[in-house]
Amino acid sequence: MSVATELTSAQRADLRTIAAMIVPASDEYKVPGADDPVIQADMLATLGRDTAPVAQALDHLAKLAGMPLAELEPARRDAVAQEFRASGGAAAATLVRVVLQCYYRDDRVLRSLGIEARAPFPKGHVLPEGDWSLLDPVRARGGTLRRAT
Amino acid sequence: MNDPVDVLIIGAGASGAAVAWSLADTKMHILCLDQGGWMNPAEYPSTGRDWEAKFYGEWSSSPNVRGRPEDYPINDDNSPIKVVNYNAVGGSTVMYTAHWPRLHPSDFKVKTLDGVADDWPIDYDTLTPFFEENDRMMGTSGLSGDPLSPLSHPPMPQQPMGLSGAMIGKAMNKLGWHWWPSDTTVATMDYEGRARCINLGHCTPACAQGAKASTDITYWPHAIRAGVELRTHCRVREVTTDEDGMASGVVYYDKDGVEQFQPAHVVIIACNGVGTPRLLLNSVSGKFPNGLANSSGLVGKNLMFHPYAQIYGYVQEPTDANRAPPTCLWSKEWYDTDLSRGFVRGYGVQFVRGAGPVFEAVVSEQKGILPWGADHHRVFRKLNGHRIGFSAICEDLPEEHNRVTLDPMLKDSHGIPAPKIDYTISENSRKMMEHGLARGREVLETMGATDICTNSPIPWGGWHLLGTARMGTDPERSVVNEWGRSHDVKNLFIVDGSIFVTSGGVNPTSTIQALALYIADQMKQRLANLFD
Repeated sequence: MSVATELTSAQRADLRTIAAMIVPASDEYKVPGADDPVIQADMLATLGRDTAPVAQALDHLAKLAGMPLAELEPARRDAVAQEFRASGGAAAATLVRVVLQCYYRDDRVLRSLGIEARAPFPKGHVLPEGDWSLLDPVRARGGTLRRAT
Repeated sequence: MNDPVDVLIIGAGASGAAVAWSLADTKMHILCLDQGGWMNPAEYPSTGRDWEAKFYGEWSSSPNVRGRPEDYPINDDNSPIKVVNYNAVGGSTVMYTAHWPRLHPSDFKVKTLDGVADDWPIDYDTLTPFFEENDRMMGTSGLSGDPLSPLSHPPMPQQPMGLSGAMIGKAMNKLGWHWWPSDTTVATMDYEGRARCINLGHCTPACAQGAKASTDITYWPHAIRAGVELRTHCRVREVTTDEDGMASGVVYYDKDGVEQFQPAHVVIIACNGVGTPRLLLNSVSGKFPNGLANSSGLVGKNLMFHPYAQIYGYVQEPTDANRAPPTCLWSKEWYDTDLSRGFVRGYGVQFVRGAGPVFEAVVSEQKGILPWGADHHRVFRKLNGHRIGFSAICEDLPEEHNRVTLDPMLKDSHGIPAPKIDYTISENSRKMMEHGLARGREVLETMGATDICTNSPIPWGGWHLLGTARMGTDPERSVVNEWGRSHDVKNLFIVDGSIFVTSGGVNPTSTIQALALYIADQMKQRLANLFD
């Protein structure tokens, strides 16, 4: 069996469909779905070492659906998706992870969550020092270290 | 052939760096070989927008997933706990949580105190000056005076408590249980050329700021300035011996894959509790048919991991999430033996501040608490930035059936047999883990946490690789003596976690390095008769 180095157009279509089933767009939260073209482009551009398991997962999905996922009627599509997640093993988990890791680094999504859309370095974050008098009861209780002699 | 060196150190990680630096003042010709190279902080995950995604690939803590050329494969199929490590100058100090407890005095006397396992041939007090020296070299932060931990004197103040720390402290106070800010190797102020922590987030997979101590930025610059030679991308295949049964050097593959012989008068192994037995078992000769330094038959046996029992949940208030180093507080409430708990020995606790959004989404989906579809967004907003956790680091007692051997099939990129792990969690450890989960649940419920989840053990939690070349005074029951020298080969030393007799219930790196400094000191004191 050859190892997939890129996804076929049919696999891409199913990836788009299943991604939207995992994370749909929301007007309430003002966020795109994971089938958004920018997010899909990020997935395809960064698949890298995940290409083979994702292709394997999509092959499994295609077998379960028997036709392009998007063409199934909604109830059947939901049933196939559930069966896919339950029976897809490590490959399905990889596909879901790829969808989520690209979705949750999208600028629009991060903004909606109140997270700055940036790398952690070099700005970092500020952490409150806290009230160390909280340790007073621990100090008051004290204690001793167990020793052999 | 390469010119002989006085001392050859294999491995440039936590212990190799410490022993190299300490021995440098002897002015001997010291050479260290490491299979990895120098790291480039500009390429560390936190410098990119894909910082979380990298944890699942090239920055995975598992060498099997990561698969860098510097890594070697490990067959850990027969273990519920998978080995994690890092292979580079700095070793696994490049990729660790920087949590910095010491073994307790009682950990060195478990047979005397509790009638299990064996006492160490040395005690805590012997290591005290080396703990202190190591804390200065690594640059630690913390708050001196913890009533339930060995006294330390961190040169920098503790990390900020943050939102998560305050919640944990209040809950532990309510329950009347011990907690204290952790000693860490995260610099909280500028220190010896390292910039202070700016809370880049989850600093386990390397710190781009250089605030987290790893030996590539602590010990190594000092050691190299003092004359130690460090040769990178050199993978050692075997330690060779001469007709007298003394170590004569090593065979290694250089950066171009060319086989080399490096003669040496003294060989020091610092390859961790998996890499060290692998190397010894691969060093077979007519005189040592079962592997080098293995007349006891204990090389590779008594592997100890520290099974982690982790429990976490979600509170209403925001936590520190990924906006801080992952650990900030510890508890020693359940560290010592109390037989009424149903097990012997105990565990330390490290509290976890939170998680980043990708990690939260991926893990929660896998746990079944983050749905697909329309409700995904509502649930994610309830979870993200609200996680808080409790991890019990359970003392793993030595058992000979837990072991490292050589895999008959699997080999690394140089054709060297890979290590194979056979490991089971003992009944004592299981009871300890259950106890830890129950106490963790109480803490979380006191905080009002919901959606409580467990990882017991943390499957990718084999950070602490201990016990596979144990120290002792009896050559039939140990691999090295009380100052790290092989019983069988008098110019061969081991300085890494494999020499631990028991594991304690805390992260071991501080103790590993203190041991390495102690062994170096012993060697320096005995230079005139080192091989007697």
